[in-house]
Amino acid sequence: METYKLTVNGQPREVTVDPGTPLLWVLREELKMTGTKYGCGIAACGACTVHLGGVATRSCVVPVSLVGSRPVLTIEAMAEDPVGRAVQDAWVSHDVVQCGYCQSGQIMSAVVLLKSTPKPTDVNIEESMGGNLCRCGTYVRIREAIKAASQQLK
Amino acid sequence: MRVALKTDNDLHLNRRSFLRVSAAAAGGLLVSLYLDLPAAAQEGNQAPPPKVYPPDAFVHVRPDGKIVIQVNRLEFGQGVHTSLPMILADEMDADWSQVIAELAPAADVYKDPVFGFQVVGGSGSIAHSFQQYRELGARTRAMLVAAAADQWKVGPDQCRTEASVVHGPGGKSAKYAELAEDAAKQPVPARVQLKDPSQFRLVGKRVRRLDSRPKCDGSLKFGLDLDLPGMKTAVVAHPPVFGGRVKSLDDKAARSVEGVREVFEIPLVKGTGVAVVADKFWTAKQARDRLKIEWDLSSVEHADSGQLSAKYKELARTPGNVAVNRGDQNAMDAIAAANRMVVEYEFPYLAHVPMEPLNTTIRFDGDRAEAWAGSQFQTFDQMAIAEVLGLKAEQVTFHTEMAGGGFGRRAVADSHVQREAAMIAKRLRGTPVKLVWTREDDVQGGYYRPMHVHRVEIGIGQDGMPAAWRHVIVGQSIIMSTPFAAMLVKNGVDESAVEGTADTHYNIPNFHVSAHHPTVNVPVLWWRSVGHTHNAFVMETLIDELATRAKADPIVYRRKLLKADAGKLHRALDLMDEKSAPWRTKLPKGHALGISCHQSFGTGVACAVDVSVEDKRPKIHRVTIALDPGIAVNPLTIESQFQAGVAFGVTQLMAKGAITLKDGRVEQRNFDGFTPPYIIDAPVAVDVHIVPNSEAPSGCGEPPVPVISPAVVNALAKLTGKRYRSLPLTAV
Repeated sequence: METYKLTVNGQPREVTVDPGTPLLWVLREELKMTGTKYGCGIAACGACTVHLGGVATRSCVVPVSLVGSRPVLTIEAMAEDPVGRAVQDAWVSHDVVQCGYCQSGQIMSAVVLLKSTPKPTDVNIEESMGGNLCRCGTYVRIREAIKAASQQLK
Repeated sequence: MRVALKTDNDLHLNRRSFLRVSAAAAGGLLVSLYLDLPAAAQEGNQAPPPKVYPPDAFVHVRPDGKIVIQVNRLEFGQGVHTSLPMILADEMDADWSQVIAELAPAADVYKDPVFGFQVVGGSGSIAHSFQQYRELGARTRAMLVAAAADQWKVGPDQCRTEASVVHGPGGKSAKYAELAEDAAKQPVPARVQLKDPSQFRLVGKRVRRLDSRPKCDGSLKFGLDLDLPGMKTAVVAHPPVFGGRVKSLDDKAARSVEGVREVFEIPLVKGTGVAVVADKFWTAKQARDRLKIEWDLSSVEHADSGQLSAKYKELARTPGNVAVNRGDQNAMDAIAAANRMVVEYEFPYLAHVPMEPLNTTIRFDGDRAEAWAGSQFQTFDQMAIAEVLGLKAEQVTFHTEMAGGGFGRRAVADSHVQREAAMIAKRLRGTPVKLVWTREDDVQGGYYRPMHVHRVEIGIGQDGMPAAWRHVIVGQSIIMSTPFAAMLVKNGVDESAVEGTADTHYNIPNFHVSAHHPTVNVPVLWWRSVGHTHNAFVMETLIDELATRAKADPIVYRRKLLKADAGKLHRALDLMDEKSAPWRTKLPKGHALGISCHQSFGTGVACAVDVSVEDKRPKIHRVTIALDPGIAVNPLTIESQFQAGVAFGVTQLMAKGAITLKDGRVEQRNFDGFTPPYIIDAPVAVDVHIVPNSEAPSGCGEPPVPVISPAVVNALAKLTGKRYRSLPLTAV
């Protein structure tokens, strides 16, 4: 067991865990922030996507020991982020979600996309969202909502 | 199993239902409609004992004006958490902005009024509960009106209702919340007037989901997110071949992981496994990885996809148990060989892989237990937990948790996940334990859409239409090992294996369908749209091939071949024809059109797709869907179900869209080996059009799935000249 100092959603947090524990399980089980989801554990579905130092990152394969000083942002902080809020609002107004389990990760990927590419093309969307599985298959509405959020942020 | 919508809107209390009304403990009005089991569930039981009903409720008018409506089913994406309350709130004239939906726990009162148990299945949620929720809303409204009328000393017919307010003569008005306590003292009306559909305020409108915001900000708690004081997490090591047993266990390394509480062998539905209980999930998983288990796999069949394929193809050459025998069996022989074709199709096992891995939490307190699960099958899961714990079902409080998808995977007749969880909870009496299936457990854990082989011989008439059709279907029965066998297995044929072929709406005069159901040591299960997944693929690709052979337009050919009374399919085809015409007739070079139509779960669906080949994969640029579902309760939900449901259906076409077995072992482990569609694989745009129809609603959860894959390969056939009869689509 080791103690790690993390910055999660702007707050300093301290956890004592095995160094190999993935950030995902630190968030979910140590910090009780369950908005970040477990889907596969091998970075193949994107349900666990967080922003690590501003980069969309699969938290299920990042050991807590490698997080270092990079700030961690999760879905729980997105309502406070102007782009995050716009994406969430677009998701709600476009009735994107079905089961909703993957949508934390979808939104986290979409926010990073819109921060780097304010007016994304379909190809940009396919590239940035390409690793986020939605088993319900809500992809058509995800595309529409990203474009609507982009419009909103102009 | 259709719900008849009474034309006179005059409702009589069903002789086997009655109402229970009480003042709510927290104030306000509670209305519950208690139904006895339908006749089918009572066979052989001439005088059922009177039931003791639990104090549950469907509607709670709270003093603060909020109206809490219980949803008698699991919400896992399909939208019943919004659309069932819409139906009730509409008849009740409730203020929709004040409605709160809750998922009801397991209880008799929440059983599906047609099936007689609590379930999401057969796309029946709206179809079976439309009338039920209308009646509940109408009765609640009538009692609120009666309370107001009494206060004002006027007749109820002098009052009208809107947005949770009763309006009376002379400008009098009262809010539902103010009337609730008096309303609870009113007798339950035996007869209530249901609205004329023209008066609907919510039904038929595009109403947004009630659960969107908490699903977008991370606050919604799924079953896997449950956190109870003192809770432990368990994982189970399952045998590498279904039914295998632990021969020897060395758990020293596992027990040495800090935070591990218990390691012990448990019986599974088939075979045995090893449970690891720890403070946290990650600890439990690390410890499981350190178990040294020697398995006894000698007494179980080692299924092998290659061998099964050969065996099934051999079986398909002989007729099976007869599902349909229409017309003249010898008609085929009269058709010249040049006008006959024999084709063979093969479909692999498919996993459901819902995004939220399977899980169940149970706390066993000796004389009672509490369980939390995202279950499609509350009645059976509650009974299974009770059985393992030596309790009666009513001693198990079963909470329905929001679930991250399911597609059939959370409706398992043997309740194997709940049984595992109960075995573990039994050992850790007093401690809540959350059992988590990892993604690997899920992909390798069985309960797949069964593998199938179809062999079809078709004799084509002079007019280019099929004149004789012999169809043999080979695949494991899903139903035979379930309590539904008596209902759904007839003449040795599992109806769910032949649905979509045996009941085809095409007019084929000499038609013979039979089925073989070999027994294989691989658990199988309904996978969204069940038998329609493979039957629609076979039928719709063959019909397309026949149309091509007859040099006919694929829509015109289908219209000609469809029975005159297939109204829903005709109307869906016509609307699809109209809506797809603008793009269909001017496709870019390298693109092709694919058509399909199929009716399932009472809903007729027609589909047109624009497909090209990119990187040796089908690229689906556009899909136009038309459907006839009867009354469209929430057109927005239906649009979403179809837009996304066709993406789900693309699973069948994925290059890695197969579960295969070698020497009894599943060859895929996770999403890297069994890969459902990502955004790049799914249709880019889907427009959905609903045929206006005032008939009772039919299903919308499963009907999107069957149409997409045949439509896509019908387009591919035009581009490549090949016919695709073996899935997954490994090469285009």
